[in-house]
Amino acid sequence: MESGVFFTTYKADMGLRRKPVHKVRLLVFVAFLIIFPFLASRYWLNLANQIAIATISAIGLNILVGYTGQISLGQGAFMAVGAYSAGIFAARFGLPIYLNVPLACLITAAVGVFFGLPSLRLKGLYLAMATLAAQVIVEWIITHWTSLTGGTEALVMPAPTLFGQRLNTDFRFYWIAVSMALLTALFAANLFRSRVGRAFVAIRDQDIAAEVIGVDVFRYKLLAFAISSFIAGLAGALLANYRTIISWERFTIETSIFYLAVIIIGGLGTINGSFFGAAFMTLLPAFINNLGRALQTTAPAVAGLLPAVQQAIFGLAIILFLVLEPEGLAKLWRNVKDYFYVWPFSY
Amino acid sequence: MTLSNRSTAAGATGADTQTDVAMLRVQDVTLSFGGVTALLDVGFEVRRGEIFALIGPNGAGKTSMLNCISGLYRPQQGSIRFTDAQGASHELTRLKPSHIARLGIARTFQNIELFRHMSVLDNLMLGRHVHMRGNVFTCGLYWGRQQQEEIAHRERVEDIIDFLEIENIRHKPVGTLAYGLQKRVELGRALALDPALLLLDEPMAGMNVEEKEDMARFILDTNQERDVTIILIEHDMGVVMDISDRVTVLDFGRKISEGRPEQVRNDPLVIQAYLGEEQFQLRW
Repeated sequence: MESGVFFTTYKADMGLRRKPVHKVRLLVFVAFLIIFPFLASRYWLNLANQIAIATISAIGLNILVGYTGQISLGQGAFMAVGAYSAGIFAARFGLPIYLNVPLACLITAAVGVFFGLPSLRLKGLYLAMATLAAQVIVEWIITHWTSLTGGTEALVMPAPTLFGQRLNTDFRFYWIAVSMALLTALFAANLFRSRVGRAFVAIRDQDIAAEVIGVDVFRYKLLAFAISSFIAGLAGALLANYRTIISWERFTIETSIFYLAVIIIGGLGTINGSFFGAAFMTLLPAFINNLGRALQTTAPAVAGLLPAVQQAIFGLAIILFLVLEPEGLAKLWRNVKDYFYVWPFSY
Repeated sequence: MTLSNRSTAAGATGADTQTDVAMLRVQDVTLSFGGVTALLDVGFEVRRGEIFALIGPNGAGKTSMLNCISGLYRPQQGSIRFTDAQGASHELTRLKPSHIARLGIARTFQNIELFRHMSVLDNLMLGRHVHMRGNVFTCGLYWGRQQQEEIAHRERVEDIIDFLEIENIRHKPVGTLAYGLQKRVELGRALALDPALLLLDEPMAGMNVEEKEDMARFILDTNQERDVTIILIEHDMGVVMDISDRVTVLDFGRKISEGRPEQVRNDPLVIQAYLGEEQFQLRW
């Protein structure tokens, strides 16, 4: 058992993974991610891709809401901007995935900064209302600018190709989605152990003190909006390239609330919480669906009821979570680690 | 180095020449909120290297004055000029708080305003914010120069941790610390900025005698060893009289007295402001 962790250099003390056990855990996780697609069925690969994309989006929202403290109800809109930009670049201009995704991210970042401007004056719920306006405006533009977006009809784009490979299967897209998710997580983790990320957290905790210590609060708020919506745009653009059919119905206010739920359940202001929340919120509906199918033969009466109560079960699970562990799955994970850290002398 | 410069200058040409340089010149500052006048034609000068105390009864406008200096309030009239180490003069009433911080003016707050969920280290590292260069891209990569920058500034912060004797709590979240320690961390965060001028708003409020003595020692050390000019608001008159070089007294937003502690202590106007009409000997 350890009595404490001590370092002899600041470099080691400031590392991202400070202990050997952390590094081993990370290696095991990455190894699992590499082996997984060779063993998994299409169904599970599809879920994995969904989780990867949702993780990216959740990290983006967490940077804004969890770390910088600016509540946003516009996540769906930002993802829509990313998805439609990528789709339009691909379908109308024939840009490949390695161009249409970055361009979509940049456009989304610009849109995010624009809708972040009210954060100069507004805080908390009032800012949430302002970002709700972003949601409504973007949705309206998409459904009404028919010549560009296809309006209420879905926008269809060609399946992306990379290195001569058509990324039209779940297996092939998996590598893109998962590596982008890992890169996003690494970027965010680095951000929040250095200057810019610290300024974000300072704004969340005490904005006046942040200003007085030399953080240009307005600039950094806009920067948070830019980074957050850049990443939301990445998630949207990946989703577009993955599905190749883009419909505005995927990016409504429900999506915004879904992602708020993801980061609250996962843990506000944590990177791994974004992943936990995304996995939980993606797997729970799938689990309930499968339960229904499994019960179809043994207990058809219950199975018949299940679709009707599916939403209720979903809601109940979320409420239970918030009551039992308000700090989210990331806190649960920390508790587990703490338990084993002192095991078997847990006193 | 700067310390020896000061003492040789004082030794060669007499005590007053060095401290005669006005670092901060406040002139005719008037601040009102609607119909309430918080400050009326207040003016004073703070000389380089001194501990300057701002005292007065509750509601006299002391904190409002500090807020004007650090840019949180904008006075309707008057000017606040700050001369930086290079000799350039800045009109603070037109600058944003973050800009004023970059000029080398740091402060602490009456009610602790730390970043509660961050560790002591991260709070102090934020004090280094204005001295660091990292941007979104370098921070996101955390490679090479950015890592070196973080480590270099960590070393500066560790100096301050040593100075304030808070080594054992450096990784603790600030919100979990005892009150007295939080006050100390807040002083540390201000010091991390390497300020030329430090504004302390009641650094000893709510402390016991021992903690007050510690804090008084830190303030004196900051002033003498780190060569920081200090403006101090404090209600403990014993401390004010002991450590400050000069004192300005505010009452209902006006300046009623200024001078050396012993002069101010015997000023009838001051005694009246603190105790009302009837005059009797005040025991500080």
